[in-house]
Amino acid sequence: MKYGLQFRDVFAAWESLLDGVLITLLLSACAMLGGLAIGIACAAGRVYGPGWLKRLVAAYVEVIRNTPLLVQLFLIFFGLPSFGIRLDGFTAAVLALVINLGAYTTEIVRAGLEAVPRAQVEAGHSLGLSGLQVFRYIVMFPALKAMFPALASQFVLLMLATSIVSQISVEDLFHAASIVQSRTFRDFEVYVVIGGLYLGLAFVFRGLFAALYYWTFARR
Amino acid sequence: MALVEVQRISKSYGALQVLTDVSLDVAKGEVVALIGRSGSGKSTLLRCINGLEPIQAGAIRIDGVQVNDPTTNLRKLRQEVGIVFQSFNLFPHLSVSDNITLAPRVVKNQPPEAARELAREVLRRVGLEDKLDAFPAQLSGGQQQRVAIARSLAMRPKVMLFDEVTSALDPELTGEVLKVLESVAREGMTMILVTHEMGFARRFGSRAVFMHEGRIHEEGRAAAMLAEPKTLELQTFLNAVLH
Ligand SMILES: Nc1ncnc2c1ncn2[C@@H]1O[C@H](COP(=O)(O)OP(=O)(O)OP(=O)(O)O)[C@@H](O)[C@H]1O
Ligand SMILES: [Mg+2]
Repeated sequence: MKYGLQFRDVFAAWESLLDGVLITLLLSACAMLGGLAIGIACAAGRVYGPGWLKRLVAAYVEVIRNTPLLVQLFLIFFGLPSFGIRLDGFTAAVLALVINLGAYTTEIVRAGLEAVPRAQVEAGHSLGLSGLQVFRYIVMFPALKAMFPALASQFVLLMLATSIVSQISVEDLFHAASIVQSRTFRDFEVYVVIGGLYLGLAFVFRGLFAALYYWTFARR
Repeated sequence: MALVEVQRISKSYGALQVLTDVSLDVAKGEVVALIGRSGSGKSTLLRCINGLEPIQAGAIRIDGVQVNDPTTNLRKLRQEVGIVFQSFNLFPHLSVSDNITLAPRVVKNQPPEAARELAREVLRRVGLEDKLDAFPAQLSGGQQQRVAIARSLAMRPKVMLFDEVTSALDPELTGEVLKVLESVAREGMTMILVTHEMGFARRFGSRAVFMHEGRIHEEGRAAAMLAEPKTLELQTFLNAVLH
């Protein structure tokens, strides 16, 4: 059987695709900021907090990392209305992604904090610094440096995972692909183009993270 | 009154008794060499003195202030007790200058300019004035250890604790660090130093303390005690380190 490749119709829909790219970027950025904030807070609780907080954070991390993101997303979007909490698609998507990324980030930040040798902390205390000062001036920078590569990878994975939000009709890049596909019936071409766009986005993110690493950490 | 008073302290990690009934008074300006086999509790004793480790019995006082008292402000006390570790423990992401000025700035609220001047002064004392803006990774082990000593000096402590500060260094680098220790001692600093450098202990220690299995086993004037050890354990130890 012969199939003639034909990209013209797909490219003609470039405006829909661009809108999709922007939504995907916006979703990713919101999720990264929120996930990072949750990750840092939870990791601090996990490393420095009292026993009950450590267990609570551990439970959160394990539950999230061992259930599908799609289930988490559906619970928030379709499940919460049963309790009278109705969120629009975008908000539900951001919430699910933040909660999901927060769990992975917690583990990464925790590893970063634990990568700073105890001796460094003790040297700080011996100079008369308080716990908070030791964290701020001695632990934070080396910990961020240690966790940065893992964090960047996780963020790229998150960006790719945002494609599932099309399942609750958020109009991201993947959603745009389905629309174009249903109009043109050029399945193969559409998903090749979409794959290429995700690939491009991933490279852009990796490039940005590498540049950030270089300017912030590499020279120290 | 002695500057450092250690009175009948005991310390254990869980079931492991590490220090038993240890008493030690150090007068102002004294240099005490702490010697003993690996695991005899030398580092632990130093760490108890600046409150890094809690003790289970006894009392420790620095200039009259009790270390093991929950109402004591440990942060304030530690400003007066410098400690230098075997592994330097410089902060790798900070320049030499920032390593030295961090505590004066954030703990003592010194203005940055004054702190930097202070860094220059203490670096001069350890012979590294030209390394003010270097990073730790750019320095040799001996230089890093001298910076660590300078960092401690910058807090103007009343007493300094040194835990095998030359043990991690190549033999050709120990000399420069010992020279710095000598000059600090000559300036009248009160020092307690754990060391395997018997020659140094003999020349500069006004007193030597030999620890064995968590107790002070023998002590006396450094030169006399090292020349004529009284107990069998000290004799055995000295034979082992000198040959
Ligand atoms: N954090 C800790 N937890 C449990 N045991 C410890 C801890 N630190 C030290 N110890 C134990 O306490 C004992 C004394 O250790 P310490 O480090 O004081 O010995 P030391 O005389 O300094 O030896 P070295 O010459 O090897 O440095 C050892 O048996 C050691 O295993
Ligand atoms: Mg030791």
